[in-house]
Amino acid sequence: MTSPVLDFVPLWTVILGLGVFLYVLLDGFDLGVGILYGFAPDRPSRNLVMNSVAPIWDGNETWLVLGGVGLMAAFPLAFAIILPAVYFPILVMLLALVFRGVAFEFRYRDAEHRTFWDHAFCYGSVVATVAQGIVLGAFIQGFQTAGRQFAGSSFDCFTSFSIFTGLALILGYGLLGAGWLVLKTQGELQEWARRLGRWCLVGVLLAITVVSLWTPLMQPDIARRWFSWPNIAFLSPVPIITSLLAFWEWRSLRNRSEVAPFAGAIGLFVMSYIGIAISLWPMIVPYQFTLWQAASPASTQAFLLVGTLFLLPIIIMYTGWSYWVFRGKVRDDIGYH
Amino acid sequence: MSLDPLLLSRLQFVWVVAWHILLPAFTVGLASFIAVLEGLHFVTGREIYFRLSAFWIKIFAVSFGMGVVSGIVMPFQFGTNWSRFSDATANVLSPLLAYEGLMAFFLESAFLGVLLFGRNLVPRWAHFVSALMVAFGTLFSSFWILATNSWMQTPAGYEVVDGRFFPIDWLQIVFSPSFPYRLAHTVVAFYITTGFVVVGVAAYYLLRRRFVDEARTMLSMALWLLTALVPLQIILGDQHGLNTLEYQPAKLAAIEALWNTNSRVALNLFAIPDEKAETNHYELAVPILGSLILTHDPNGTVHGLKDWPAADRPQVAIPFFAFRIMVGIGLLMLALIAASWWLRVRRRLFDANLFLRSCMFASPLGFLAVLAGWATTEVGRQPWTVYGLLRTADSVSPSLTGFDVVLSLAGYGVVYLIIFPVGIALMARIVRNGPVEPAMEPEPVESGRPLQPVQALPSAEGRA
Repeated sequence: MTSPVLDFVPLWTVILGLGVFLYVLLDGFDLGVGILYGFAPDRPSRNLVMNSVAPIWDGNETWLVLGGVGLMAAFPLAFAIILPAVYFPILVMLLALVFRGVAFEFRYRDAEHRTFWDHAFCYGSVVATVAQGIVLGAFIQGFQTAGRQFAGSSFDCFTSFSIFTGLALILGYGLLGAGWLVLKTQGELQEWARRLGRWCLVGVLLAITVVSLWTPLMQPDIARRWFSWPNIAFLSPVPIITSLLAFWEWRSLRNRSEVAPFAGAIGLFVMSYIGIAISLWPMIVPYQFTLWQAASPASTQAFLLVGTLFLLPIIIMYTGWSYWVFRGKVRDDIGYH
Repeated sequence: MSLDPLLLSRLQFVWVVAWHILLPAFTVGLASFIAVLEGLHFVTGREIYFRLSAFWIKIFAVSFGMGVVSGIVMPFQFGTNWSRFSDATANVLSPLLAYEGLMAFFLESAFLGVLLFGRNLVPRWAHFVSALMVAFGTLFSSFWILATNSWMQTPAGYEVVDGRFFPIDWLQIVFSPSFPYRLAHTVVAFYITTGFVVVGVAAYYLLRRRFVDEARTMLSMALWLLTALVPLQIILGDQHGLNTLEYQPAKLAAIEALWNTNSRVALNLFAIPDEKAETNHYELAVPILGSLILTHDPNGTVHGLKDWPAADRPQVAIPFFAFRIMVGIGLLMLALIAASWWLRVRRRLFDANLFLRSCMFASPLGFLAVLAGWATTEVGRQPWTVYGLLRTADSVSPSLTGFDVVLSLAGYGVVYLIIFPVGIALMARIVRNGPVEPAMEPEPVESGRPLQPVQALPSAEGRA
């Protein structure tokens, strides 16, 4: 069973952490683009907005599958407890992703019902985002367990906190989406993306503040970790860097920079992610099971690691290539297919 | 009536897999067909291959999009509804699922973008390579998901500690006893399914005298492929059956509705199995043929269901009838292929109306056979999720109430009943439009070049 010689848990924590973060980032911006899509002024801009993610969205969603099965592979106990606990958010997310995913194709093919598929794309993105935010909020709050199983009700995950994180994530993904659109569009459409981006940024900063106050009030463990000496000194860079990033993001949304808004939004996500990781480490089922307790045996982790270390660089290479093929401003003349 | 989360979770799994499996059944073969067309166009430079490829890529895009989104649903089912199964088997099965994601899904999705949108952005060889990579991706995906399924059917290379499975030998886990047979049988079934769709579409055009050149090329290519694959599939199915007899005898007994262990058993062509009375009604059987087919020996012994306690037997009627539907379709396909040989020799393949009409109606047969085969093997695996070791009843998430699963099942029901009919209708529309030049596409459907039609028709477009 568990080999005492080799401990793959830290490595898998890093891989899974990166995988989940890549998902949040990549599907985050294309869900964000879907959210902003609902505000696009006219059909030509909607076409451009959608074309900016059409060639890459399913690659982005592939990271969700990898996050799910990666969790199952590296930390199966967490998978078996967390997924039933967030039964309905996962269900709603999947159904919403189904709608928005098929909308890409159906919108072009089903001209009579294009308005319906426009709505499916936009609301599907919004609903999937809220559901993911609820999963995040429920995760921070923790789950009721008995033995190796979730022991609460399927509705426990809906709390005022998790609903708040759900709504907050709309603004977060909206900000990422606006950053992406600034990168991929020009002229009036880009101005429009900058304007929406500023609204999202204001909302994101408010949400980060509220969550940062609410979390320690709700979870004494986290409050102790944050505010005890010397932790508070070590952790102080997190809010400081976040504030600096927010300032930079605001400026770059106002001036002419093309890349900075997207980079700044990514930076804000990195900081929030680090904040959550610091608060919960080393728990994978918060307040119940550590990464080591939930880990699969070394043999399983090793078997998957061999292939992952070989395949992941290749995946990043050809995914990078496919992004490079569609580099630059999104064009309205490449045509769908 | 109380709502049983176990039964409802099983129904939900049936519902989401049954719809999902139709898509790989089609896209695995279609991806390879497109790669072949792209390759032929790349090598010969003939325009017709380009037109055919562009046409099938459009259909592929719709079906693949549906396959992706309905496929994302699948791994989450293991967690949400089958958490005890996940907890017990993840150490062994999850790397196989993860390898499917790593080897297949990324390959497919990255190169699909280039295949769909990149024809004018990359060199021709790179577009061809993208088609090849997508095709490889679909095959890798089949490899790993069938390895997972096969391990559940014929587990190997594991040990059980405290009710959970732990890996001992990965080679045995991946290549479990039923895997080579299941992989070959399923992938060939997928190719055949696609083949009959292509044949059906070609026949539809030939009957209407539209796109005759394209239709002849398609029909001829697909029929040559089916000429090789349909007979091969019958041999593979037979080999798979021998494997089932060896490793899952209770499943085989259910497929044949055999209650008593005997040598020289008859083959039941038709029967109404009665599980309570442990017998069949209205039996129509051929003596000795059962032993001959199942064991390749007229004196071969085949176990009957009564050898197992009732709690360890699969349900009988579904595997029994589903298997007969699958085999019946296989024989129908063989008859069609034989007719095509005869017509080819007489050089009447492209204008034999009765044959072409039969081909048109035969195009959904592959899907039916895939569903029937899937029902046979999965219902035949019951009452186990891991054959003989972990019961389905012990696999479901303990926190779920019947009400929870009613809600989720209703959600999947409504959404799939919107998505799939629309998707099928849109693919039918692409078929009706046919392999026209991209420039002749009806513009509002092919947007992405939005400027002119939008400006020309402001009133029609302004509603949205």
